[in-house]
Amino acid sequence: MYVAVKGGERAIENAHRLLAHERRGDRDVAEVSLAQISEQLSLAVDRVMSEGSLYDRELASLAIKQARGDMIEAIFLVRAFRATLPRFGATEPVDTGRMAVRRRISSTFKDIPGGQILGPTFDYTHRLLDPQLAEGHVPEPPATAEASPAAMPRVTDILGRDGLIEPSPQADVDTPVGDLTREPLSFPADRDLRLQNLARADEGFLLALGYSSQRGYGRNHPFAGEIRFGEVEVEFFAEDVGFAVPLGAITLTECQMVNQFKGSATEAPCFTRGYGLAFGQSERKTMSMALVDRTLRARELGEEVVAPSQDEEFVMSHSDNVQATGFVEHLKLPHYVDFQSELGLLRKLRREFEAADASPPMQEAAE
Amino acid sequence: MNAPAYNFAYLDEQTKRMIRRAILKAIAIPGYQVPFASREMPMPYGWGTGGVQVTAAILGPSDVLKVIDQGSDDTTNAISIRKFFAKTAGVETTTSTADATVIQTRHRIPEAPLHAGQVLVYQVPIPEPLRFLEPRETETRRMHALGEYGLMHVKLYEDIARFGHIATSYAYPVKVNARYVMDPSPTPKFDNPKMDNCPALQLFGAGREKRIYAIPPYTRVVSLDFEDHPFTRYRFDAPCALCAADDSYLDEIITDDQGSRMFVCSDTDYCEGRQAQGHRGTESAAPHKEGAHG
Repeated sequence: MYVAVKGGERAIENAHRLLAHERRGDRDVAEVSLAQISEQLSLAVDRVMSEGSLYDRELASLAIKQARGDMIEAIFLVRAFRATLPRFGATEPVDTGRMAVRRRISSTFKDIPGGQILGPTFDYTHRLLDPQLAEGHVPEPPATAEASPAAMPRVTDILGRDGLIEPSPQADVDTPVGDLTREPLSFPADRDLRLQNLARADEGFLLALGYSSQRGYGRNHPFAGEIRFGEVEVEFFAEDVGFAVPLGAITLTECQMVNQFKGSATEAPCFTRGYGLAFGQSERKTMSMALVDRTLRARELGEEVVAPSQDEEFVMSHSDNVQATGFVEHLKLPHYVDFQSELGLLRKLRREFEAADASPPMQEAAE
Repeated sequence: MNAPAYNFAYLDEQTKRMIRRAILKAIAIPGYQVPFASREMPMPYGWGTGGVQVTAAILGPSDVLKVIDQGSDDTTNAISIRKFFAKTAGVETTTSTADATVIQTRHRIPEAPLHAGQVLVYQVPIPEPLRFLEPRETETRRMHALGEYGLMHVKLYEDIARFGHIATSYAYPVKVNARYVMDPSPTPKFDNPKMDNCPALQLFGAGREKRIYAIPPYTRVVSLDFEDHPFTRYRFDAPCALCAADDSYLDEIITDDQGSRMFVCSDTDYCEGRQAQGHRGTESAAPHKEGAHG
């Protein structure tokens, strides 16, 4: 006797209970705290904030804990929460030129006003596993000095003074910046929407696309003009008081790529820009983003679109890991009825094939 | 940390208004895909976020909601979505097709005829019927605008040339109101005729692809075909093993590793209704028990 499969409701509840148990792990091992995640897995928190599009270290830490360290799951949790938040307005544009810099390097000039500042970086570490770190290691306190009073102008601004690089496009104050989380995306998309898409895009996807452009698929000869990381002030123009009020500071990484020059009969040749910006210390992300921002400008700069990284519909439609993972993983959902329909068709075609095989050869069908 | 509080049916009222505007436009232009600013929902893209957003936007406190997946009220994703609305909207839920005012579905149209006043909300993975012929949205939108559907007919013709039949068994394209070619979502083509002249409002939501489209009540919906190769439904030629129905779409159930199989209604509400009326198939069915095979 057959009894139809039932009991989904209890199965789901039990699966969730088991998941919570597995998340906790061995109960003899101390539970990880949000502060520990935020302080000691800070780059993971930075990534979840960036791709989750929500600057909140505590919620990002909670998401990482809840997702058992699965970054895309954590990003998804943050995004779903963010989608429910009301909008009060948009802040003034942040000025990264006035960043309180913790790290700032340029690969285009040996020395720059304000100097090269290595800051906290994996660069030049030898990637040897450090057994000391396994337990109870107290690192030396960092070396400190007085902050330099010198200004740190952006390298691209220095190039811009001589007209060697295209000017940054000036914002039109009357045109609000696009927001693809509030308006459906349509193509062709302008650079504001492209940059928003790239800022939310999966780091691995951008890394691979940027890398492909370096290897010749849409090559544009990039130099890391400048990468800077530190705190910037966020200000909000309050209608009630009539001036911008400070809301606080956020940590950002900015990458400005300097790319191959272009010119024409009417324009002197100059370098072009690729731009990357992300929350926290996210250098791989911002560098990849800057490479892809530049490749996606192919249409605007009159370059032939030949590679995936130059194709905005391809890049923007597939860069979002929350969308991608949802659709890939939805294959786990039942597809019984469609599969049954395909089975029926396939059986019919096979029957006809066998019948045709068994019968004597027919004359060529007239088309 | 502030504990988040959620609105009736989860979405905020601003978002609901935006979705309702898209739905109204979709109803005004049957079969046309209206872009909307799909939100991140607390379930993954590809798991019904479009349908969930449409349902959330149209649901009122007095609605009675039914959710099915593969025709069944008891598949895990249907349960999950039903629980979501029971929790966030507190609406009454049902498994009865006749009693529901809103039915959210994935991959099936109920066997029982829908009646006026009901809304059928489809979950749609890929709303663009031309997508597999032309991957670019810019291109497919142009093709729809010009009514340029030759490519689709060529595809169907090539199927006939190669296989002797149109080799599309689900998500079978239809023409709505003699204008737009539309993807009915991955329902088996068995269900296509139910869309035609249907008294209920049919709404389609694609969350990841950010599109909503609609078939207003009593609208002509025609499955694409050729005069010499007319559209045919597929149904495994057997009565349901539980309720002996010979007009319902059947699931194939593998019963052992020796190739034994049986065929039962995919629409569980329909099957149970028939059994309650005394119809019996070859397999005498026990009353369904929670967890019997779960």
